[in-house]
Amino acid sequence: MSGPAADTHAPDAHAPHGDHPHHPEEGFIKKYLFSTDHKIIGFQYLFTGMAMALIGGFTVYVFRMQQAFPGLSVPGWGRVTAQDYNGLVTTHGSVMIFWVAMPVLIAALGNYLIPLMIGCDDMVFPRLNRLSYQLFLLSAVILIFSFFVEGGAFGGAWTSYPPLSARAEYNLTPKGAPLWLVAVAIEFVAFLLGGINFVTTMMNSRAPGMKMFDVPILVWMIVIASILFMASVGPLVAGAVMLLFDQTIGTGFYDPVRGGDPILWQHLFWFFGHPEVYVVMLPAFGIVAEVMTVFSRKKLFAYKTVLYTAIGTGVLSFFVWAHHQFIAGIDPRMANIFGVTTLLISIPVAEMMFVYIATLYGGSIRLAVPMLWALAFISEFLLGGVTGIFLGASASDIYFHDTYFVLAHFHYTFVPIAIVSVFAAVTYWFPKMFGRSMNETWGKVHFWGTIVSFNFIFIPLFITGARGDHRRIFDYTHFPDLMKSGMQDLRILATLSLVVMLSFQVIFLVNYFYSMFRGPKVGPNPWRANTLEWHAASPPPHGNFPVLPTVYRGPYEYSVEGREDDHWPQHLPN
Amino acid sequence: MDGTIPSEPPRSLRRVPILPNGVMGMLIFITAEVMFFAGMLSAFTIVRASNLPMSWPPPGQPLLPATATGLNTAVLILSGLALWFAHRAYQKPAPSGAEGSKGGVLALAICLALGLTFVGLQGWEWVRLLGQGLTMTSSTLGSFFYLIIGVHGAHALAALGLLAWALIKLRAGTLKPSVFYTTQAFWYFVVGMWPVIYVRVYF
Repeated sequence: MSGPAADTHAPDAHAPHGDHPHHPEEGFIKKYLFSTDHKIIGFQYLFTGMAMALIGGFTVYVFRMQQAFPGLSVPGWGRVTAQDYNGLVTTHGSVMIFWVAMPVLIAALGNYLIPLMIGCDDMVFPRLNRLSYQLFLLSAVILIFSFFVEGGAFGGAWTSYPPLSARAEYNLTPKGAPLWLVAVAIEFVAFLLGGINFVTTMMNSRAPGMKMFDVPILVWMIVIASILFMASVGPLVAGAVMLLFDQTIGTGFYDPVRGGDPILWQHLFWFFGHPEVYVVMLPAFGIVAEVMTVFSRKKLFAYKTVLYTAIGTGVLSFFVWAHHQFIAGIDPRMANIFGVTTLLISIPVAEMMFVYIATLYGGSIRLAVPMLWALAFISEFLLGGVTGIFLGASASDIYFHDTYFVLAHFHYTFVPIAIVSVFAAVTYWFPKMFGRSMNETWGKVHFWGTIVSFNFIFIPLFITGARGDHRRIFDYTHFPDLMKSGMQDLRILATLSLVVMLSFQVIFLVNYFYSMFRGPKVGPNPWRANTLEWHAASPPPHGNFPVLPTVYRGPYEYSVEGREDDHWPQHLPN
Repeated sequence: MDGTIPSEPPRSLRRVPILPNGVMGMLIFITAEVMFFAGMLSAFTIVRASNLPMSWPPPGQPLLPATATGLNTAVLILSGLALWFAHRAYQKPAPSGAEGSKGGVLALAICLALGLTFVGLQGWEWVRLLGQGLTMTSSTLGSFFYLIIGVHGAHALAALGLLAWALIKLRAGTLKPSVFYTTQAFWYFVVGMWPVIYVRVYF
């Protein structure tokens, strides 16, 4: 990096990079553990997230086995006690949302892709970025440490409602509960630092010529999601501090006997928790936009509509939180209002779906592995969205609340978001990340195995939920009404499908790590995509571009009329 | 491209930051912080509103010293004002060598001293209230009071640390504008948040 590149620096970017223009080769420890390079930090988040996903997958395997075969000595665990069960369920929920979905979708992809996609050499605050990952790692270590303390991992569910979560004599995890809260709080500080970095980088460091509407949708989505996160996380941290004081020094913030209010936590938690759904959903939609345009060789249908819709979804997402509390004793008039806003928010989301389908229309579609995942995202997420209508309407929610119907509903949203779209992203950007390509056949085997077994897990659970299965029951043999008419068969079907789905992930892991070192080498732009990251070498070196690129057009100019080549990269003058 | 693509006006080939990076990062951080305080204050409002009428403060708990704290609020606002003068002096081009920044150093020192006075007086108030039986666990009033005021005090101390560091740099003449503006933004947040807390908590 020298010569003309230096002129294109933002005036204020003098801090760490202007001083070291040559990026010398560093030792392994310094390069992979204490790097300030956004790509390495992205990998750190990605691999930590993948490792945490193994924990999340193992816990769900253990407690689903208990559901299907009560009292069985589960291979790899042993007999599941009721206390174990609570800890496993809580760990599964918190790990999958806070330590898998968020770090992979926002932190890993944001760190890796934002500077590459907007054409700059690094984040504007590289050292803050490194601190962000270190805090995240610390939070993961604290969480894992809490599995081994007296009483085991926190057993008050990932929503952590008081009084269950506030009093050790109820949740029976005197050490696990405060450790869980501390881990979550530290993690949020980590994401706060990351989010500040993303938004500032996107606003200030775009390549020369890149106007606001030339920014790829994925970058916009991550930025909007970061803003949502930062605006909603404050009240939750406030609530978490109060809950921590209730647990440790004996205050009564959530204790009605002493003048507190237990519903208060639910408000503070869901004021964060519901925008959080959109925090992870928007980047998933962003990934799908990138993949779909490339593999249908078509311009994104209505770029600005997608963007404004995403902003609208974000704003609306702050006004829906109380739909989690319809039976918590809130005023029924308030429930009406929140029912209406909840149903309203399905409109912008449906609009994005239609826009993506319109993008496919008339395109020359190529069903490569990333495209399969992207299409699966749209169709599976649709089921999640449609079943959400029953839960947003307060009248039907009173029946469905806390049943397996709810559980199946949000897994139909979260699995497409955190698993399906992430597989689309990982397979799509793999050639960029490692300069090699993954095996296409095994990719397809993995895709079909995962998607089919995923539907066989949750469709049975919709049925058991609609028939009244409550979510928080450890052993159904104590409830004869819930053991009638094949209910147990459905539970066993769901569990076996889960085992199948988990075993198919082995194919992915082998394919992924084998291809990382042995896969066939590919050039910088194997998919013939337009966005700037494909202009950099594969894998991009420290500093990303030999000369920082200049942008001449939007990111989705595919099959432009009158042009021989069917793609038109953003950095080409003509 | 034979007319199929509408021609666009030429693009600016320079990278134009909207605000200095540090200031923008700090403003985003402050947004999150404002929501943090909003969370605590609204929780306090809800808990307080769910008490029976005429039962606030809870039985056996002291009244919060609204008048004394009102004066202390004035001290904090004056500190913010002093920072504004420091900013003006810093921006003015020095007429003859180091003379220009001298006013800045003085104003920043005053700002720092007033800020420390505020925190000190708050600490003294805590000691008195603890003596009157208001503790973290004595009632929800006590819990919320020490939580909200304590969190604000911690922010004030952090900001004062930054200001002291800026003062040292300013005296040495090595204070970068973006660093100074970032620090200012944080202190203005601490000052601006306080009247809201004062009105919501003390009355």
